[in-house]
Amino acid sequence: MLISVLIISLLGVAFGLGLGWAALRFRVDSDPVVERIDALLPQTQCGQCGFPGCRPYAEAISREEADINQCPPGGDAGIRALADLLGREPKPLNPENGEETSKTVVLIDESRCIGCTLCIQACPVDAIVGAAKLMHTVIASECTGCDLCLPPCPVDCIDIVKAETRPPRWQRPRPQIALDRVPLP
Amino acid sequence: MITSQQVALAKEAGKRIHHFHGGLRLRHHKKISCQVPVERPPLPDLLAVPLLQHAGDISEPLVHVGDVVLKGQQIGQCQPCAAVHSPVSGIVEAIEERPMSHPSGQPGPCVVIRPDGKEQWIDFKPLSDWLDASPDRLIAHMQNCGLAGLGGAVFPTHAKVRDGRDRNTHTLILNGVECEPYISCDEMLMREQPGKIILGARVLRRSLGAERVIIAIEDQMGAVQKALTGCAEFADSENISVIKVPTIYPEGGERQLIQVLTGLEVPVDGRPSDLGLLCQNVATAAAVAEAITEGKPLIDRYVTVTGNGISHPRNFKALFGTSVSHLVDQCGGYTDDVARVVIGGPMMGYPLSSDDAPVVKASNCILALTHADIADPQPEMPCIRCGECARVCPAMLLPQQLHLHIKNELWDSAQAYGLTACIECGCCDFVCPSHIPLVDWFRFGKGALRRRALENEAAELARKRFENREARLLRIKQERAGKMTRRKQLLKDKAVQQDRIRASIQRAENKGRTKPPGQSSGAGDDT
Repeated sequence: MLISVLIISLLGVAFGLGLGWAALRFRVDSDPVVERIDALLPQTQCGQCGFPGCRPYAEAISREEADINQCPPGGDAGIRALADLLGREPKPLNPENGEETSKTVVLIDESRCIGCTLCIQACPVDAIVGAAKLMHTVIASECTGCDLCLPPCPVDCIDIVKAETRPPRWQRPRPQIALDRVPLP
Repeated sequence: MITSQQVALAKEAGKRIHHFHGGLRLRHHKKISCQVPVERPPLPDLLAVPLLQHAGDISEPLVHVGDVVLKGQQIGQCQPCAAVHSPVSGIVEAIEERPMSHPSGQPGPCVVIRPDGKEQWIDFKPLSDWLDASPDRLIAHMQNCGLAGLGGAVFPTHAKVRDGRDRNTHTLILNGVECEPYISCDEMLMREQPGKIILGARVLRRSLGAERVIIAIEDQMGAVQKALTGCAEFADSENISVIKVPTIYPEGGERQLIQVLTGLEVPVDGRPSDLGLLCQNVATAAAVAEAITEGKPLIDRYVTVTGNGISHPRNFKALFGTSVSHLVDQCGGYTDDVARVVIGGPMMGYPLSSDDAPVVKASNCILALTHADIADPQPEMPCIRCGECARVCPAMLLPQQLHLHIKNELWDSAQAYGLTACIECGCCDFVCPSHIPLVDWFRFGKGALRRRALENEAAELARKRFENREARLLRIKQERAGKMTRRKQLLKDKAVQQDRIRASIQRAENKGRTKPPGQSSGAGDDT
């Protein structure tokens, strides 16, 4: 009787110590759910969700302070992915946050640019290069199309252009009718 | 994972003929275009050479409008892909958007050259010492000559050979299995220029460091086997064998051919080089021979112009940039009931929106179909899950399941069902009793998967740049705050010091003020 009690208590102590040690050793600093939500967001950092970037929005979702339908660049597919991850019902995009549009990039009209650097400061992903009183330009491959550089521009020299969709960037459209088929005789 | 046992089996490629899953026996329709010898068509008035001919990016033009170019002069370059050369000597008339041979039907940048009729070549720089040249030199020469796979995928040859050399290729397979109906350009090439193919095989074998070459042909190409084994180059060469394989569509697919020759499947995420094998089209081998031993860049190819919509179907050796309509004119034009022009074969080809589109490295066949060939577009019916598509699929996929998942845009499960392994051969399409355009769906799905991968990559980049920027802004803020506190401290210190100074001055003044009365009192005492 005494021996069994002793063994069980010893085991309890040993496991307790082990768990305590593991809790310290393998401590997770950040919430892994935030990482997983962040991975599903399109990373445009456009702020249309009302948060200053994708990660803050992910944190707000994980704290249930924001809904999952506030990200226009992610669109319906993004909302569905978030709903899948969080086990919620998908819902339509909140129109207050904007509309889902196709991917765009911005282009600086270099003849009109006065080199004020305001857009450089506004770009969340450092995709605009330039210096004071010198012409600025957008690195198209790194532009996320967030359009945050548009409002600060004092001379309105930034235009939104559709991302390149011609070959070799061309994508096959969703099949509509079977016109493409070439049946054999 | 590839086991050593599998590699050993791969080394015995061709000893036994195996089978691949599914496939179709189709009517050939090849004879109609094999009746007359291959000829060069007369020079067209204008050639439009597209700067996008390979998988990869658009080439940078190396010439300007008004430049005089020589035949074979490089006019476009694009770093990892192959070079683009001028097919004629003449004057660059424009560099502009023109119809391209592309499934999108969209125009693209082309170098438009007006031939001067002199056909003045550049100085050839052949590697006449190729038997002693290092593989690296051979591979670099292939890139400079603009060589790309002429079977249809147009993968740059130098990249493929370099990869094959780095992975210890032991057997080179030359693919002469032209399994798609109507197309006969490879057959004609093998009949007419067997020597070049054998020579190209030897050059490729040398640049790969491989031991054996297998030239695979269809069992119905009797004349071809005779031509290949009868030529002088074949007699001089060792370890080159011509192997006949049964004619089943799509046996000309790289993976299917390897399965027939070795009984092994190339893993979905792997390449034939994992097994120590490398496939090249026979036309590519002939182009390699011309490039290495003559120094001639890739500026033309065999093209089949055929179909019931063509008056006199035949094969041409056409310069790149020649318009489809020019070639059709040389065949006596279209018949009256022509309905559609297709680039490629009837199974995998794509319809052309305009016959102004030029012949490019990828164009193996121009197929004109009549109204009788094209059945009326049938209404697409719901899938009845008959399973015919799975029975014929050479990649052993479940097309009905893939279709379901792609239609609902469930990309993860479509990928799990092996969408990327689809070779777009069209067998499932052909047998589907519900007329579902399955291959269109699969092409759409594959495009979407690629786009998704690119988007994820871009998002990852944006995330990193955003985080770096946040970190930088935070650092600057902290630095500023630190500076501020230091300055405040300094000011405080200064204030303290000044207080001290003031205090000492005060003290001194106080002393001075207190002393004179003392002195005066002393003086007073003295007085």
